[in-house]
Formats: sequence, structure tokens, C-alpha cells
Amino acid sequence: MAAPLLEIRNLHASVGEREILKGVDLTINAGEVHAIMGKNGSGKSTLAQVIAGRETYEVTQGEVLYKGVNLLERSAEERAREGVFLAFQYPVEIPGVSTSYFLKAAVNAIRKHRGDDELDAGAFLSMVRERMALLKMDKSFMNRAVNEGFSGGEKKRNEIFQMAVINPTLALMDETDSGLDVDALKTVAEGAASLRTPDNAILVVTHYERLLQYIVPDFVHVMLDGRIVMSGGKDLAVRVDTEGYDWVEREARQLA
Amino acid sequence: MTQLAEQKGAHLSNFARIGEQDARGGNGASRPPAWLGALRKAGIARFDEVGFPSGRDEHWRHTNFAPIARTAFRLAPEVAGDAIADAAAAYGFGGEAAAELVFVNGRYAAKLSTPGRLPRGARALSLAEAIDSGEELVERHLGRGADIDANPFVALNSGFVRDGAFVHLPRGAALDLPIHLLFLSTNAGGEPTVSHPRVLIVAEDGASASVVETYAGSGGGVYFTNAVTEIACAPGARVDHNKLQQESPDAFHVATAHARLDHDAVFVSHSGTIGAKLTRNDLNVVLAGPHAEATLNGLVLIGDQQHADNHTLLDHAAPECPSYELYKHVLEGRATGVFKGKILVRPAAQKTDSKQTSKTLLLSDEAAMNSMPALEIYADDVKCTHGSTTGPVDESMVFYIRSRGVSLEAARHLLSYAFAADITRRIKVEPVRRRLEEYMAARHGLPQDLRITDLGRHDEQHRT
Repeated sequence: MAAPLLEIRNLHASVGEREILKGVDLTINAGEVHAIMGKNGSGKSTLAQVIAGRETYEVTQGEVLYKGVNLLERSAEERAREGVFLAFQYPVEIPGVSTSYFLKAAVNAIRKHRGDDELDAGAFLSMVRERMALLKMDKSFMNRAVNEGFSGGEKKRNEIFQMAVINPTLALMDETDSGLDVDALKTVAEGAASLRTPDNAILVVTHYERLLQYIVPDFVHVMLDGRIVMSGGKDLAVRVDTEGYDWVEREARQLA
Repeated sequence: MTQLAEQKGAHLSNFARIGEQDARGGNGASRPPAWLGALRKAGIARFDEVGFPSGRDEHWRHTNFAPIARTAFRLAPEVAGDAIADAAAAYGFGGEAAAELVFVNGRYAAKLSTPGRLPRGARALSLAEAIDSGEELVERHLGRGADIDANPFVALNSGFVRDGAFVHLPRGAALDLPIHLLFLSTNAGGEPTVSHPRVLIVAEDGASASVVETYAGSGGGVYFTNAVTEIACAPGARVDHNKLQQESPDAFHVATAHARLDHDAVFVSHSGTIGAKLTRNDLNVVLAGPHAEATLNGLVLIGDQQHADNHTLLDHAAPECPSYELYKHVLEGRATGVFKGKILVRPAAQKTDSKQTSKTLLLSDEAAMNSMPALEIYADDVKCTHGSTTGPVDESMVFYIRSRGVSLEAARHLLSYAFAADITRRIKVEPVRRRLEEYMAARHGLPQDLRITDLGRHDEQHRT
């Protein structure tokens, strides 16, 4: 059997004195979709950001192997070029930089890393046009400054659009469902789900089971106070959605 | 002690010298008309009286003028146009200007200039020629805006008014292409030199044009440009004034501009500061008639030990005038920036709507910015807002860009460029915009051929 795509062992991470991840273990194989659920402050978004290389968090213990290589030694941009993608919970507005330029810079940085030729403007445009249709995006979108003045839903849609253009090996979707109405959720989630292949994997961080109806997970994990305390199949997400987290906390305490 | 070292005398000697020349009628100059002689005398007398500004004066205290005051500048000599033809070509606009007047060390260089034939009787010519030909408009307007009593540098400049540019836009004249006034300084001799260029722009009823003043150095050396520009906008006139300052690294650049807007006139100023060791710009705009409108945009891109000080005044003297102001600084190295934006709303100026914003990007820990709004409001029904931000590149933006595979360095460059391009994309005169953007791209190692921020209509609607 092939080595796992992502292997996290006993991962601890802090901001300043405050420890947020307190020993996370998680293995993701190519072709799998994993969901991480948990209350606010459980550390699930932190986990996604640490994998993506956010320097706000200091990893104090443990390791993260991606394709067998220590990911923690790589910069955020190196991780991205190797195929790690973070769909942000709060996408950042970048006034003055057009979405078109931004995406082209990203695509070409990744292509260059792989030894491919950079795309010229025409090739880039025909490549993105198809992905825009997938996410039902307006043409004017490419000429707008990155996320500037976008509604919450537009920002989330833009994240998944970027994911579709960049076509990552490991996609981390951080609360992509928050702030979306039912129709937008469907478009975004179906768009993301359509990117599934046997060679890539998706880690979905979410509060709600709704998103997982479209991106059906192979594994669901529940995080509590910086650790994964329970793992199961998609039924676990349904139970969390209907019953909340209290029972998880009780069972986790009994196990501890 | 400062007084002891001040080289005021050098300027007084310079004045005496050109006085002798004029009296002889030598050096190609004809005797000045009486009104001009009076203006010069009043100017130099005022300068003699007050000297250079000191740190005790509120209006001047944010810049140390001692390096200018303590240098014995002699008047920049006339230079044969050929010697500087390459620089003139490099900074020139070629076919992108309706007329291009080139000045070398403050004197008109006919050989390097292409005055062109302007439509509808519009004219752009050397100020010396306009004075010699007894141009009545020059006599009527010169010295009316810029105040020798309020500003020692204006006083000094006025003592030396002899050349520069005169732009006349008669009633209804409308120019598609800009008029370019290119002021080149060259100091081959090594001794510090000074020039006092003067620009007068008279736009009559409903006339409209873009005028660009470029200041650039060729061959380095220490020199001092002390420029004064006066702009008179008649009712309904529209002047898009652009100033691009790319002086040599050891240069001193002091420029005072004064614009007076009659009712329904529109004045737009784009000021770009890149060069000179020390820059001080004063831009005073009087909204003298109802429904006049002023937009002042400034971009300062400096590093090393450069210092740039922009003082602007929006003088609302009439009711129902809007004014918009946006100044952006990108400071690297140990550069220091000063922005003081004063909005004066006089009692008559009810329904004034004025918005001022100053934003600064600090790219090093040693760079420093001093941004000061100053609102003086004497009318009760007005809307005046101001805002100021100063800080480093936003790290959450940097991470967002890096998370897409773009390097840390490229992310920072991209954000600095975008920050500044917020100003350049408002510039209507293509060669000015291009020159600033190319400069930014080169400085930040970005590709030259990408106008990354040329955003669509949606964007324009949402941010004016």
C-alpha cells in the first residue's frame, strides 16, 4: 500500500503561551475525504492553518508528513507549490490586486515549481473560464480586486474557484459553509465535490453536517480541546448535527 | 547659530548679478517690464527680510531646511541644449504630448522643445517669450496667487522670475493630449546651483487640459530647484495638473503651487515624488466660487535617507464645493515623510463636502511618517472627514498570497505595488501613470508589462 498523503503525529501548536493543538494524530490517504467537526475554539481551524504553514502558530511538538516529507520545514508557499491548498474561513481582501493577476501569479508559481512553462494570458484565461462556469461565477469577477467588497458568499465561492483553478493534491476547506445561503452552499459544495479524484484528498473543517451531504466524507473526526477525541464514518456527523457535542465530551472523558 | 551659517547672501549676490545683466540688456535678455522689475524687487526684499524658514515656524518645522539654507548656491548656468538631449528624450513624452516645452537649468531650450500647434488658440510657450512680447495675461496673473509674504521660497523665486512656462487655454479650448513642461537640471560644474522656474497656467471659461510638470536631473551633483506654479481656473474650466518629481539623488526640490478656482471649475492634482534628497511641496487650492471642485492625489515613493514633506491647503471660500484628497506614501530605508493636509472652511463656505485620506506603508523599521490633518471650520453646515493610517504590509494579506504559492518577497512587492497603484490608476495622463508604475515595478522586481491593477468598471464604481 502507498504511503499516506498526510500523516500527523502528536502535533502540538501554540500562539504565544497558549497551547491550542494538544497532540493531534490524523492520517489521510489519497482519494479520501475527511471531515473535522468541533465547537468554536476546539482547534480545528488552527489545525488547517498549521498544515498550510501559517507562522502565527508555533509548532512545539510532533510532526506533519506530506507525501512522506516533513511539511513543517517548508514555507507556506512551498507547501502550496507542492499541492497543499487552504480555502480560508475568512478570505482576505487585497485592494488593488485583480483576481486575474492574483490567480495567474499563483498558477505560474506552482507551474514553475513543477518545471512546467508559465501560462500566457490567453492560455490562462481559457483555463479559468471553464472553472468559472463550474462555480457559476460572473465574468466581471476576474477584473475585481481580490475579495474586495465581496459578500460573504462571494468570498467563499472565490476560495473554491481558486481551488478549482489550482487543483491541489490536499485541499483544506476551513468552514467553507459558514456565511453561505442554501443555494450558494450547494453550488460551492458541488463544485468542491466535483474536484475529487483518486489522487487527491480533502479535509473539511465544519460545524455542520449540511456541507457533508455534498462532499461525502469517508471519515469524520471530532476535535475537543486541541485533540481528536472521536473518529467515525459519516453517521458521526449526522449525530453531532442533531445531538451536539455534549455526548462526545462525556464519552471522551470516560475514555480518558 | 543657524543664522550665522545661513547663506542668504549667495542669493542676494545672484540677484545683483542678474540685475546687472538685465540693465546691460546682455545675455540675450531684454530689459524687464516695470511690473516684473517691481515683483522681483519685492520678492528679494521679502526674502532678505525673513530668510529661510526656521524650526520655530509651525508651517515649516517638520522639515530641516538647514542643508538648503547653509549652501551657497549660484544661479544654474545656461547649458547648450545638445549636452542634455539624451535626458530630454528619456523624460520626454514624444507623440503622447500636444506640446512639450523643455527647460534646462530653468531656461527654455527651444532646440529640445516641440511647442506644437495647439487647437482652439491654446498656447504653451516660454515665460520669457511671453514677458518679452508684453503678454497682458502674464502681467495680470503672475504673482497673484503665490504669496511672497506667506512663503519665503515664493519670495525667493519671485526675485528671480525670468523664465519658465506660460500656458494659456482660451475660452472653450479643450486638449486631448497633455502639455508637458519638462524641467531638467544638470550640474556638470560641481558647485551647487539653483534654478527658480516659474509656471503660469491660465484657463479661461470652460477650457480644459492636462498639464504635466516633470522635474528631473541629469548627471547628478548638488542643485536646488525652487519652483513656483500659479494656476487660474475661470468659471467651468478644468485643469488636470500632474507633477512628477524625479530629481537627482543629491538634489533639493522645493515647489509651491497655487490654484484658484472660480465657480464650477474643476481642478485635479496628481503629484508623484520619487527623487531628490529633500522635497518640500506646498499645494494651495482656493475654491473661490460655488460648485468648484478639487481633487488632490499624491504619491510619495522614497527610500534611503530621502525626506519628502507635502503641505496642502484646501481653502473653501465659497459654498457647495466638494474636495477630495488622497495622499499615499511608501517609505523604505531611513526615509521620512511628512503630510500636512489643511482644510480651511471659511464662514461663507456652507455645504462644503471635503474628504481627506492619508495612508502610509512603512517597508522598514527605520522609516518614519508624520501625517497631520488640520481642519479649521468656520461654517456650520459642512461635511469634513479625514483619516490617516500608517503601518507595515498587512501580514494576513501576505499569508493569503503565500498560501497560493507566491513567494514571501513577491507577496510583499505585490502588496506595495498595489498600495501605490491605487493612486497611479487615477492618473489620466498615460505617460505619467506609466512612468510611475514602471518605476514601482522595477523597484519591486515585478514584470513591467503587467498592469496588475487595471480593474474593471465594478471596481471604479465602488471606490472613487
